[in-house]
Amino acid sequence: MSEAFNPRIVGFFCNWCTYLAADLAGTSRMKYAPNVRVVRTMCSGRVDPQLVVWAFRNGADGVLIGGCHPGDCHYQEGNYKTLRRMGLLRTMLAQLGIQPERLRLEWISASEGERLRDVMNEFSAQIRQLGPLETKSSVISSQSSVAQAAP
Amino acid sequence: MISLTIDGKAVQVQEGSTLLQAAGLLDIRIPTLCYHPLIKPFAACRLCLVAVKTRWGEELVPSCHVPCHQGMQVRTDSEHVLEARRFVLELMLARWPNVPVLRTLAEELGLRQPRFTSVVRDEREDACVLCGLCVRACDEVVGASAISFAERGIQRRVATPFDLESEACIGCGVCALVCPTSHIKFEVEEYKGKPPEFLLGPNTAVYIPTLQAVPRVPVIDAEACIHFKTGGCQKCIEVCEPLAVNHDMLDQEIEVEVGQVLVTTGFDTFDPGPMARYGYGRFDNVYTGLDMERMLNATGPTGGKVVLKNGQPPRAVGIVHCVGSRDENYHRYCSRLCCMYALKFGHLLKERTSSEVYNFYIDIRAGGKGYEEFYSRVLHEGVNVIRGRVAEVVEAGWSKKDEGTLLIRCEDTLIGRFREIPVDMVVLCTALEPRHDAEQLARLFGLSRSPDGFFLERHPKLEPVATTTGGVYVAGCAQGPKDIPDTVAQAGAAAAQALALIDKGYVEIEPVTAFIGEEICSGCQICVGMCPYTAIHFDSEKSVAALNEALCKGCGTCVAACPSGAAQQNLFLDEQLFAEVQGVLV
Repeated sequence: MSEAFNPRIVGFFCNWCTYLAADLAGTSRMKYAPNVRVVRTMCSGRVDPQLVVWAFRNGADGVLIGGCHPGDCHYQEGNYKTLRRMGLLRTMLAQLGIQPERLRLEWISASEGERLRDVMNEFSAQIRQLGPLETKSSVISSQSSVAQAAP
Repeated sequence: MISLTIDGKAVQVQEGSTLLQAAGLLDIRIPTLCYHPLIKPFAACRLCLVAVKTRWGEELVPSCHVPCHQGMQVRTDSEHVLEARRFVLELMLARWPNVPVLRTLAEELGLRQPRFTSVVRDEREDACVLCGLCVRACDEVVGASAISFAERGIQRRVATPFDLESEACIGCGVCALVCPTSHIKFEVEEYKGKPPEFLLGPNTAVYIPTLQAVPRVPVIDAEACIHFKTGGCQKCIEVCEPLAVNHDMLDQEIEVEVGQVLVTTGFDTFDPGPMARYGYGRFDNVYTGLDMERMLNATGPTGGKVVLKNGQPPRAVGIVHCVGSRDENYHRYCSRLCCMYALKFGHLLKERTSSEVYNFYIDIRAGGKGYEEFYSRVLHEGVNVIRGRVAEVVEAGWSKKDEGTLLIRCEDTLIGRFREIPVDMVVLCTALEPRHDAEQLARLFGLSRSPDGFFLERHPKLEPVATTTGGVYVAGCAQGPKDIPDTVAQAGAAAAQALALIDKGYVEIEPVTAFIGEEICSGCQICVGMCPYTAIHFDSEKSVAALNEALCKGCGTCVAACPSGAAQQNLFLDEQLFAEVQGVLV
């Protein structure tokens, strides 16, 4: 089962740091696990916790959020807000029956292509180990209030 | 103005001028000993005697001290005057027979041997002749009054209070500077007024930083200037005719409003001191590339001559490439310009000395227009190149003859042998490093830095001078090590980009600003606190949030926080992002 399992991970990458790091990893011809599918946002602060839950509901096995290093945010403090939101969301995820480890927040600057590769590989290995997300909670798998909030 | 005649020549002088100054205007030389143009006259030595015509005949007066009067008639070269000067000097010579200044004056006046003998005869060449210049300089110029005359008559001498080490002395060295016999000596341990560059030569408190300095004006080193120690001196003001000296200037912070910024902050050089194996700072005659550059400079401390610390030309010079660069322990990157300047050093050393030159390299990177040709030219000039990283530099010192000789040990990877090469001088081609304050600057302008620490351009190929912050451009070694042609090209490109924006006259912003759906907004004001740019305010009349698009930078933090979905971001609508997530998960 786990051999065949290929995790699906959604990555929300900040336009100025992690997205550029992904660009760098690409232009540097680095090889990394192809499990992370990237959604670009202007800032990690744009990542609405609902988006994360929505991703899990739509079959993601993990969510990776990449932002700028603390103090380096292109928008001054968006990443701090992400840090607080995701901390809170993790406790909520546990209540929804989703292992909080499935949500990962990383600070990766534009020059850290190598680190991005390592994080991607590491995270997909970790999710592979955790196995596919089995949403026991009816809150998330069926018509839920959270899911309804999304169009 | 006052008119008078000196030796029959008429001259006009300012009121208050002395006879000596008036004679100076006529180029009449009068011997002096205790006189200094910047110190008040003292008339102690009486060597400057001249004859002034009076009603009774002639009167001998010291010209340094006597002011000019209207209609004065002065003789400086009559036998009467010369005889008087000779007599004064004879008395001095009797006491200090070997002082060079007195001997020269004696020769000029045609005086052979003094007829007298002195009971306080002092035969030293650097004997104190009691001119009092040091005492007056210390009091008048410096304001420290650390030395003065002690005792009287033939026992008179210059001394500190109670002959003890004086606390009043600030160690400025002015006394030694004005002393005509070098009786007072100033031993410099580490002179503070050195120029900020490489500490290769001594300097004074007022100096022009380099001969090519822009603007080419002198600066005053407040740490070395006497005025800032005692409040006195200010002699530079007296001698500066355009009155350009101002001791009251303070460091100023000047605020300039600008629309764009070119970051061209350059580089620091790697400090090879910690790489103890190369001996920088331990051995004499081990230099960095910049030290060497200074020595080769025609306006440098040696006037462009290549010499060892002992003043001899070197017999052999070793140039070590890649010190701190291409090294896993320090910097992995190649500093790019070292190969070429190392070859240039080889060329110049061959031109100016007859020394053997050895280049120790890993690879010669002569990639550039005309560079490879220069490399082969330097090889033809007889510069030796040895492929191999230098293991260490040690003192040879087998015998007295070899004292100071250094030994470079390395592996010659082309012949596969270990080699030891004796040299007199070692030049370390140190790596280029990001400026020490690059991190603060990156924070200030919101720039990214590449792993090596240099500022990151927006795109390596398509946007090589722009940065992730709009209106901020980067050029030169701030962006990465590069040589002068590359720097000039990049700086030109950066300036052109900035000009293009000025020419356009308006700024295009990313169309990613947020907006607020007024009909959905409940007026909770969560978004107001989220915005780092205060682009959102609460419209109390409509009881909804209102967004100023000109201030909005489009981060979307308010959108993520909005509980009702009223706040949205153009191109990143909730709808679009949810659909995108769904899309990537198909």
